[in-house]
Amino acid sequence: MLRQSWQIFLKDVRMELRGKEALNASLAFALVVLILFSFAIDPTSEQIREISGGLLWILFAFSGVLLVNRSFLREQSNDCLDVLLVNRVPASALMLGKTFANLLFILMIEAVCLPVFSVLYNINLFQLPLWLIGICLLASWAIAILGTVFAAMTVNLRLRELMLPVILYPMIIPALAAAMYLTNIVSVGKVPEGDDLIWVRLLVGFDVIFTTLALGLIDTILVD
Amino acid sequence: MSVLSASKVSKFFGNFPALRNLNFTLEAGDCVALLGRNGAGKTTLIHLMSGLSRPTEGTLDITRRVSMLGHGIGVYDELSARENLIFFASLATVPINVEEWLERVNLKDVADAPLREYSRGMRQRLALARAFMGEPELLLLDEPFTSLDDKATALLQTLLAQALARKCTIVLSTHQIPEAMALATRILFLERGKLAYVGPRPEEMLTDSTWLYRTYGAIS
Repeated sequence: MLRQSWQIFLKDVRMELRGKEALNASLAFALVVLILFSFAIDPTSEQIREISGGLLWILFAFSGVLLVNRSFLREQSNDCLDVLLVNRVPASALMLGKTFANLLFILMIEAVCLPVFSVLYNINLFQLPLWLIGICLLASWAIAILGTVFAAMTVNLRLRELMLPVILYPMIIPALAAAMYLTNIVSVGKVPEGDDLIWVRLLVGFDVIFTTLALGLIDTILVD
Repeated sequence: MSVLSASKVSKFFGNFPALRNLNFTLEAGDCVALLGRNGAGKTTLIHLMSGLSRPTEGTLDITRRVSMLGHGIGVYDELSARENLIFFASLATVPINVEEWLERVNLKDVADAPLREYSRGMRQRLALARAFMGEPELLLLDEPFTSLDDKATALLQTLLAQALARKCTIVLSTHQIPEAMALATRILFLERGKLAYVGPRPEEMLTDSTWLYRTYGAIS
């Protein structure tokens, strides 16, 4: 199964990097929002430090949807999804490969946006780089795993671009809330401790629960 | 050796019975023509046999290595022919010589060009390579002769003959009776979701392609 997941991952990454349709759209959206907000909010104010986590993770959730929306659309043209399932590629392997590809794309967007945010808003987000990387990995996995499973559910709908965010955002609120809180803490150079660790546990628990559910349910979702 | 066996298989879409109480067995080396009018349930049955869909009632035991060529060609436009075949070969459970298959379908010279530069015939030949490589035990072909050019038709007939020679079971769902009768050893004839005929190819079908429809096509 891992070998097949790896092949799906490589194929999705190769296809996206060749056209860069979703990556370009997602990155352009993220940068435009960052620049617009820098005009709307005084970058020197203390207020910006308090909302930095919220702004960043809302931005990553929105741009992430643009990325995950494409993951099953790639399989739709020419009925490639049917071919994969008929060839007995386990639905969970398909799901895992696509989720890792989406995770990589989301992390690429974050890798560009975090330094841009630091410059535009005059906040050093990288005071605790390992913590920041950990938060990004955990929260991005939450967006990727839930986004991929909901992309599979909505791929045959006519209004899929509308439906995916409508069902994804309410579900992902706990993970985003945890990521926002923790990003705010580490952006002031404070290591999360004591009660703050509840948010870390929430983020890890969210990932474990929804990864298990997604892998368990994907076969039912994809096979009629 | 049984490759596929259906027992009391029914498929409902809501309350609509697309297939009703089907019982049949396919043996290794059978070439089965799946016939029936539009809406008879051929594509639904192909989907059940492929594992893409599950029966609402009954059981369907399917062999492990299945391949399908449906209405879509099942290859990625963003990749080249070589990349497509390497990808599908990497998912297979048996070793596949991709270069040999590119040669067999006469795409070796253009193997690295993106698929969007291919003609329709070239895309169809690539789809045939994708479907036939990996030595499937059960090959499901839904309207395989539709809109094939003469080269692709000849290639398909050659590949079908080679697959039958190694005891692959083939199911051909088609409206093009003469091409199907040239290969078929058995027939599954669906009429309004029911199996109206299952058995060896009647000799009459070689000369009269509507014989089965007139003889068994009136059941309700």
